[in-house]
Amino acid sequence: MTNVAMPGTYLGDGTGPRAWLLTTDHKRVAWLYLISLTAFFFLGGAMAVLMRIELATPAGDLVSDDVYNRLFSLHGIIMVWFFLVPSIPATLGNFLLPLMIGARDLAFPRLNLASWYVFIFGSLFALFAVVAGGVDTGWTFYTPLSTLYANGWVSTAAFGVFIVGFSTIMTGINFIVSVHTLRAPGLTWFRLPIFVWTLYATSLVMVLATPVLAASLILIVLERVFGIGVFNPDLGGDPLLFQHLFWFYSHPAVYIMILPGMGVVSEVLPCFSRRPLFGYNAVAISSMAIAVFGFLVWGHHMFVSGQSAYAGVVFSFLSFCVAIPSAIKVFNWSLTLRKGEISFETPMLYALFFLALFTFGGLAGLFLAALAVDVHVHDTYFVIAHFHYIMVGGMVTAYMAGLHFWWPKLTGRMYSETAGRIAAIVTFVGFNLTFFPQFVLGFDGMPRRYHTYPPEFQFWNVLSSAGAVVLAIGYLMPLFYLGWSLFHGARAPDNPWNATGLEWQTSSPPPPHNFETMPIVTRPAYAYDMKGLEHERFSPHREEAAP
Amino acid sequence: MSFGIPFFPQEASSEAGQVDALFYTLLAFSVVLGLALTGLVVGYAVKYRVGSKADRTGKRSRSLPLEMSWTVASLVIAFIFFGWGAALFVRRDHPPADALEITGLGKQWMWEFRQPGGQREINELHVPVGKAVVVSLAAQDVIHSFYVPAFRIKQDAVPGRTTHIWFIATEPGRYHLFCAQYCGTQHSEMGGWVTVMAPEQYAAWLNSQAEGETLAAGGEKLFRALGCSGCHGASSKVRAPSLDGIFGRPVALDNQQTVIADERYLRDSILNPKKEIAAGYEPVMPSFDGLIDEGELQMLLAYLKSLSPQPTAGARP
Repeated sequence: MTNVAMPGTYLGDGTGPRAWLLTTDHKRVAWLYLISLTAFFFLGGAMAVLMRIELATPAGDLVSDDVYNRLFSLHGIIMVWFFLVPSIPATLGNFLLPLMIGARDLAFPRLNLASWYVFIFGSLFALFAVVAGGVDTGWTFYTPLSTLYANGWVSTAAFGVFIVGFSTIMTGINFIVSVHTLRAPGLTWFRLPIFVWTLYATSLVMVLATPVLAASLILIVLERVFGIGVFNPDLGGDPLLFQHLFWFYSHPAVYIMILPGMGVVSEVLPCFSRRPLFGYNAVAISSMAIAVFGFLVWGHHMFVSGQSAYAGVVFSFLSFCVAIPSAIKVFNWSLTLRKGEISFETPMLYALFFLALFTFGGLAGLFLAALAVDVHVHDTYFVIAHFHYIMVGGMVTAYMAGLHFWWPKLTGRMYSETAGRIAAIVTFVGFNLTFFPQFVLGFDGMPRRYHTYPPEFQFWNVLSSAGAVVLAIGYLMPLFYLGWSLFHGARAPDNPWNATGLEWQTSSPPPPHNFETMPIVTRPAYAYDMKGLEHERFSPHREEAAP
Repeated sequence: MSFGIPFFPQEASSEAGQVDALFYTLLAFSVVLGLALTGLVVGYAVKYRVGSKADRTGKRSRSLPLEMSWTVASLVIAFIFFGWGAALFVRRDHPPADALEITGLGKQWMWEFRQPGGQREINELHVPVGKAVVVSLAAQDVIHSFYVPAFRIKQDAVPGRTTHIWFIATEPGRYHLFCAQYCGTQHSEMGGWVTVMAPEQYAAWLNSQAEGETLAAGGEKLFRALGCSGCHGASSKVRAPSLDGIFGRPVALDNQQTVIADERYLRDSILNPKKEIAAGYEPVMPSFDGLIDEGELQMLLAYLKSLSPQPTAGARP
């Protein structure tokens, strides 16, 4: 069978570019995002591979310093704003949130489509900046480098990020309103899947933090174009003010990136353990705690910036506090496996790898929150390793777990389980080989954003570069076998994993309006242990549904 | 060092061993907890795999005592590490009073240092072993960061303000000096070496260097050349306040407030004199913003500080 568009499902509901580009169906908007974000992921990834090849030797022999600086700047800008921030919310979240709460669509379907157009419009600015000559400020746009000394397309890139911020805000508002108003009868807050909780927490952060980023980027453009003194000390400004504003957004943005990943893993682990999530309430509440505490720790990026030492002490204290809800989640996920019936399909492998990588990345965060140690490892490869363990080892691994978990629902097709498991293992090995050596490099004192480095750092850099190649293979594999399954994969049953959750009660792929009959919820989330339900296969249209 | 593969960085300052003690404690904690969790998860995954005969009675999906105890345990451990790190950190603000004062200026893409006797160095910094050294940092253009991994210290140099870092080197040798804050095209080339010498060798080295004028002496010349002395001179008290002993003293402002004349105040008063006007004086002083560069500003500040008799190193606000 090579017919992707299955009649009677949302995929068959009108074909051709017009039916897709003007759709207000959240499931199709999710696909628009999925395709655009995949393109950005591989663009940003290609830049990372180029950097790692350059860093295989101490001298700068592959690219010039200006090119290298553009590579890491654009890698950061693309990966943070054009992949990680929208990644799970705009793709899996967009597709699943209405299904999980038993709704026919998001609260504002047209706003949802508009958010994708805004995203594309903003990304055109960023792509133009790449083609026209790049940006060399780093993704952090620190002043006065970005305002007075950088010679790239800073204003263009910053404006692109500014516009994409509005797309994020639109998605956030849509999710918040949907969760508040469109939950199915019986779906109380504490029966919501954790994925919905984390999307809700993420949306709050998106709506509250993104305007601050918008304000600071506009101030940069004003200073750069009109010479208005905000951050430039010669004009009466303060360079540290920019760092405060930037991290007031960008630290919460870290939680925008990781919270949805935590949500995905909270779905996958119970399903393949056949156990309810351990400590559901604590996991739900700690998601909200992370969202709140995440706003209070931005100064830990500035311990050696010239910020007062006492401010540093307060920010260190709050940073240790934000570690607690994350630790609680790790313990709960681990205990979920206890006394289960555990099987190791591809999504479960990715989820277990998430658990390992997130744990080690999180433990590395303790080093960075400890003031005296941060003074040494700040702005070194230790920081790079830490946030890649969280953002790539954590978030991207969770994204892969989710993509494989819900792929049958998205497409109505199954992929090759063998290929999936191999890709998961290759990714895990490649990831650790790439980023673990960077912890050692950072402790040994190699600063980040270095185009050349002293020869004694070469051993660990070579390991890291070799790992990057393995990691790239791990990420390219799904492109092929998932792409293949789209046309040739076996037809997926409605509930291939025998999972709870409303999204599995409708057909795969779902009909245009999600549910033939609207569901009524009578059970808590993850009711894998309820009498007689342990191995029950849900039918697409439950007889208990309302007339 | 093992087989030429660096794993443990050198420790060459009084700070290094103490930072490492915390680092290795964190490392031991992380390895133990990380491996314990990994063991737990792998153990569960094997024991409770589908079809295994493991005992599955007594399933629980919540346990208040267990959840409370790991929450409290996490809090206690987090606060121990917080306190330890903070206790080491706050000493950054309190260099010993007898510390040697060196000024450092970061600019794209080099470090320029000036010894107390006026000897200038580019991308090299010579310091004596066993003596506290304070480096006052300024930046000419963008933010840079003074980073000596072997000393476990780092401090950003920020345009428009003076920052400080201090250390006591404990092992003679040559150590990497890096710029840790990304500063543009040649960021990775911006660095050099810190050379730690025995005190007598350091003294000999100082003597062998071209006898530059001290920062304060250079500042005094500038003070006259720029016309500052015309109004601020010791004899002239009509148009401008005398600057004898100004550093560290409270200054009454015309808006009823009082500020301490620290480096920030002096710097702002030179570059932006209308910001804080000393009570009783007309705001007639012109701004020197754009007329002097960061290096000249450092000289003027050194001169103004030299007009105060008391030792100043320990009393840094």
